[in-house]
Amino acid sequence: MRHLLSAKDLSHDEAVLILDTAAQMAATQAREIKKLPTLRGRTVVNLFFEDSTRTRISFETAAKRLSADVLNFSAKGSSVSKGESLKDTAQTLQAMGADAVVVRHQSSGAPHRLAYAGWIDCPVVNAGDGTHQHPTQSLLDAFTIRRHLAGGTGDLAGLHVAIVGDVLHSRVARSNVDLLTTLGARVTLVAPPTLLPVGVEAWPAAISYHLDEALADGPDAVMMLRVQRERMSSAGGGFFPSGQEYSRLYGLDQRRLDTLADHAIVMHPGPMNRGLEISADAADSPRSVVVEQVANGVAVRMAVLYLLLAGAQAPAVADDEMKVLA
Amino acid sequence: MSPEMRAPDGEAAEVLGPPEIGRALTRIAHEILERNKGAEGLVVLGIPTRGLPLARRLAANLAAVEPGVDADKITGSLDVTMYRDDLAHHPTRTIGATLVPPDGVDGKVVVLVDDVLYSGRTIRAALDAISDLGRPRAVQLAVLVDRGHRELPIRADYVGKNLPTASTERVRVLLAETDGRDGVLIEGPTGEGR
Repeated sequence: MRHLLSAKDLSHDEAVLILDTAAQMAATQAREIKKLPTLRGRTVVNLFFEDSTRTRISFETAAKRLSADVLNFSAKGSSVSKGESLKDTAQTLQAMGADAVVVRHQSSGAPHRLAYAGWIDCPVVNAGDGTHQHPTQSLLDAFTIRRHLAGGTGDLAGLHVAIVGDVLHSRVARSNVDLLTTLGARVTLVAPPTLLPVGVEAWPAAISYHLDEALADGPDAVMMLRVQRERMSSAGGGFFPSGQEYSRLYGLDQRRLDTLADHAIVMHPGPMNRGLEISADAADSPRSVVVEQVANGVAVRMAVLYLLLAGAQAPAVADDEMKVLA
Repeated sequence: MSPEMRAPDGEAAEVLGPPEIGRALTRIAHEILERNKGAEGLVVLGIPTRGLPLARRLAANLAAVEPGVDADKITGSLDVTMYRDDLAHHPTRTIGATLVPPDGVDGKVVVLVDDVLYSGRTIRAALDAISDLGRPRAVQLAVLVDRGHRELPIRADYVGKNLPTASTERVRVLLAETDGRDGVLIEGPTGEGR
């Protein structure tokens, strides 16, 4: 694993390794001294062309907990607003000695371009690109599901996850469909037809237009997606008649919450539109793991940075040779 | 974890067998009790992979000799991977578990347990890892084999066997828990190793 660009690139074993590493990282975060010396002297650049609160802070926290230096770069207030290209920005970062670049970009595929165009020579982590992928979000979701419903080890075989809402604009949904099915879970996408992308029937997921029917199927985890109004024109932009109607048909409220199985958990990648896709009752219920998802995000990103950055930049060596060196 | 490709016979010489390993661990347990005047405040931390079963055996020996000692309550594991100084020179290592007894290490006497003491770098990493967990009253080191060639000013308090070796040789510790049988082997120069 040289870069982390898409959840689809991860094999079953790689995904489980990341989750296992994240579990060890999470254990260190319960200590009084949370900082580890592992990446001392390395520099991680957060390159954010799109607004973000929790993902940027989460990556920054993860890097700092591993003792890496962090450079934050956001498009606002930088030379990008003067028209600097991605290539020139990347080469500037390379010249400053970046050891890893965490990139968020409004265009799908920008992290891939950055990783393979030959502009820079370090691992690239995708922190969300357009409506394409957000692999660390899906890893933290899988980690949270595994901790609550699979005993905290192995994969997610046999579990059923419902992903509800604005699938069309959601890179979180795409990454989760890829990763959760790789880990053996069954995924059902629930959305109005207008908020499903063309070609969704080819995804390895079932599709439902009715939330109540999907919940009657007994999902183990319900993942609510944010309605991404900034990617629509005003007031739903023709994707649905009104917020009230969307909320009635696809919102998670107390009544729907009561129909869930006892062990089922409620997830949301944040930021939440309370009263639209999720009611305050549901967001604050004991089933809601939204806050825990944020905490797990730090552990998962520590694991990703460790696995990409800590070892020698060489092809993997067989297990028994590592023991000789130990 | 994978079984070794090379057969252990031929150039490998067995220097310790199961009875010798058992006797060494019994003696070390007595030395620990003698030095610390009992088992009060002792915490035994094994360094994965093979330090961990050794720590468990040592704690069981302590419990067998000293009344009122619960082996499970004083044993733990200490993973030092994230504190190593050579991470950038090797392929990415898998991180092991760190499990400290519920009472923690503050004010305790921590006995670190590892299989082979060689350069001393693992122990340096372990000392850093411990200081992030708390402040023990003292840290002592028990190893099954001391093979020399230290690169740091570190020595063991309890040694199962001092084994003079050439740095081209390779010392291999086998334990029933991880390898199916007990034994310490010396293998001739193979070109690998450090």
